[in-house]
Amino acid sequence: MTPSAAPRRRPRLHIAVFLAPAVIVYTAVMIVPLAETLRLSFFAGGPTHPAFAGLTNFRLLFLDDRWAPQFWNALRNNVYFFVIQMLQNPIGIALAALLALPRLRGGAFYRTAIFVPTLLSFVIVGFGWKLILSPLWGVAPTLLKLVGLGALFAPYLGRESSALTTLACISVWQYVGVPMMLCYAALISIPDEIIDAAEVDGVVGIEQFFRVKLPLIWPTIGMISILTFVGNFNAFDLVYVTQGALAGPNYSTDIFGTFLYRTFFGYQLQLGDPNMGATIATLMFLIILAGVCLYLFAVQRRISRYQF
Amino acid sequence: MFRPSAVFIFLVACAVLAATRAAWAGPVTITIESWRNDDITIWQHTIIPAFEKTHPDITVKFAPTAPTEYNAALNAKLAAGTAGDLITCRPFDASLQLYEAHRLVALSDLRGMNDFTPAARTAWTTDDGRTTFCVPLAAVIHGFIYNKDAFDKLGLKPPATVAQFFAVLAKLKADGTYIPLAMGTKDGWETASMGYENIGPTYYHGEDGRLALLRGKERLTDPEWVEPFAELAKWRPYLGDGFEAQSYADSQNLFTLGRAAIYPAGSWEISGFRKEAAFALAAFPPPVQKAGDTCYISDHPDLALGLNAKSPHPAQARVFLEWVASPVFAGLYSNALPGFFTLQKTPVALNDPLAREFASWRGRCKSTIRPTYQILSRGTPNLENAFWVEGSNVINGTDTPAAAAAKLQAGLERWYHPAK
Repeated sequence: MTPSAAPRRRPRLHIAVFLAPAVIVYTAVMIVPLAETLRLSFFAGGPTHPAFAGLTNFRLLFLDDRWAPQFWNALRNNVYFFVIQMLQNPIGIALAALLALPRLRGGAFYRTAIFVPTLLSFVIVGFGWKLILSPLWGVAPTLLKLVGLGALFAPYLGRESSALTTLACISVWQYVGVPMMLCYAALISIPDEIIDAAEVDGVVGIEQFFRVKLPLIWPTIGMISILTFVGNFNAFDLVYVTQGALAGPNYSTDIFGTFLYRTFFGYQLQLGDPNMGATIATLMFLIILAGVCLYLFAVQRRISRYQF
Repeated sequence: MFRPSAVFIFLVACAVLAATRAAWAGPVTITIESWRNDDITIWQHTIIPAFEKTHPDITVKFAPTAPTEYNAALNAKLAAGTAGDLITCRPFDASLQLYEAHRLVALSDLRGMNDFTPAARTAWTTDDGRTTFCVPLAAVIHGFIYNKDAFDKLGLKPPATVAQFFAVLAKLKADGTYIPLAMGTKDGWETASMGYENIGPTYYHGEDGRLALLRGKERLTDPEWVEPFAELAKWRPYLGDGFEAQSYADSQNLFTLGRAAIYPAGSWEISGFRKEAAFALAAFPPPVQKAGDTCYISDHPDLALGLNAKSPHPAQARVFLEWVASPVFAGLYSNALPGFFTLQKTPVALNDPLAREFASWRGRCKSTIRPTYQILSRGTPNLENAFWVEGSNVINGTDTPAAAAAKLQAGLERWYHPAK
């Protein structure tokens, strides 16, 4: 009798069977369209006369004076939008830290109130803020006048200098609930033993937050940041709802999403150009991919995780 | 195992019966694709019943989509072969592209097509002028609609010249009851359409200027094309507070609520304003530079009806189109939708006095179409979009009129090289 006679490995078909639904659905709705987008970006001539164009579309987008200024403008605006949007992390963490205080009254109310905008449709948020900030019917000028700051009011969404910042702040207002909730969940899952040990060692108050709690929620913050990054470069809805597809004034709120929309689907008399649209979509994909890779390889590995 | 139930068999039987019945009896249904969802009741209650009364063998269905989604939705439906029999045509390139892709059928030989002026057909005719592929439905005219009660109260008269126009604006501003001009720069659409394309023809002399631009004989940087921008820049002090963030809908509301006195308008606003405004409405054409100058108006073909090449009922659809090209339809349509003027040669008696006022300008002013629509918005960058952005920039003070014109011309020259 030899032990090697026993059947060593049976084909594990069940793995393929169980994976199949997810793989098929994901391939059909994600991978195929993505591959098709990448393919389209190397062609020219639209759907009627497709012709292989190599890297021409990319050269147009980077160098041609018809496309490049719009492209770099969208990239700049997107980065700026992202930077402002990242404000939601410190605010969210601060709110979470306050909510996690043991002796806070009405915590459930604040938690819900701050989280509700996240659940609202971007259409409601966009139109709501457009109305609030409207110089004609808005409540903002009246409220500012009530507290004697009427002079501070300006048609924020109509000025090149302030439109993008305003939109980014609206976005922060809408999504600050996400980092707050996740950080809150991470904070309350810190075991009491660790907090007790810290207190025994004399680490209390603010110091305790920065030296004990914050290091424990870094992985959560990292994850939120990368989700924000991806969401940001895919953003479109808020700008489209409040400023329209021309992302006015003077393209000052034009981000990749609106630029892609105008190019791919056309706008008013501008006819859609699927190939240039796909080129922009490809670049968005590459930028997001680069950002996520950078995060995974440079940041995520350095974050130390603690097991309780 | 699949075992068909009695109910299932019954349903299949019904479906088969229904399908065969439809094939040999009953009226044929033709469907109209449109972006005019505002007009759905007028089509359903006025226009279609009138047609069906005389054509009992044809049923017509009006199936509009939202204006902003129309082009994309229509293209998708045409590609999938599920579009309706009749297609509402956007003017110029969007429809020309459909014709060239064999989505629309040539209609030059349709009975009644000769009752339209060649100018009216331009918007739906190939560049060589030979083939027309949509039946023109209506044009819209630009001008200024004003609050007549406000004018009477302040003793103002509708201005005929630019100088008088600014005098009126100054008086309104001095009085302070009304915002002189209801216009915002946020959407861009207002500054381009109700602003530049409204007052522009007076300066570049309508069709003469437009065709000269098209042939490369004039440039957007020539004084006659820059001046409208300079004029627009002077509107700035007469707009409402925070006009930079004022959208198209805001302007409409400002005017119909009686808070603004003059509304740079298009005739398509008439029916909406009639419903909303509680004061007397009147209109004046774009003021001329000097008393006695010829006046010019933008009389822009906007809607037409084409025949889907894949329509299963082309014969019936043609019958409907011939009816659309008849004076009966023109009278029905123009009166049901005041402000949308028929493009037929035979004049139509209009009931709405404001619409009549707009239409009367056709007699004494020279008509032209919006300068960016034919050919000039075909390339990249898009000239019409650029007009929206630069029009707003000029009023906001971001660009000087000369700088705006230079940008537009530079953009146009990137791709448009007319034979000189």
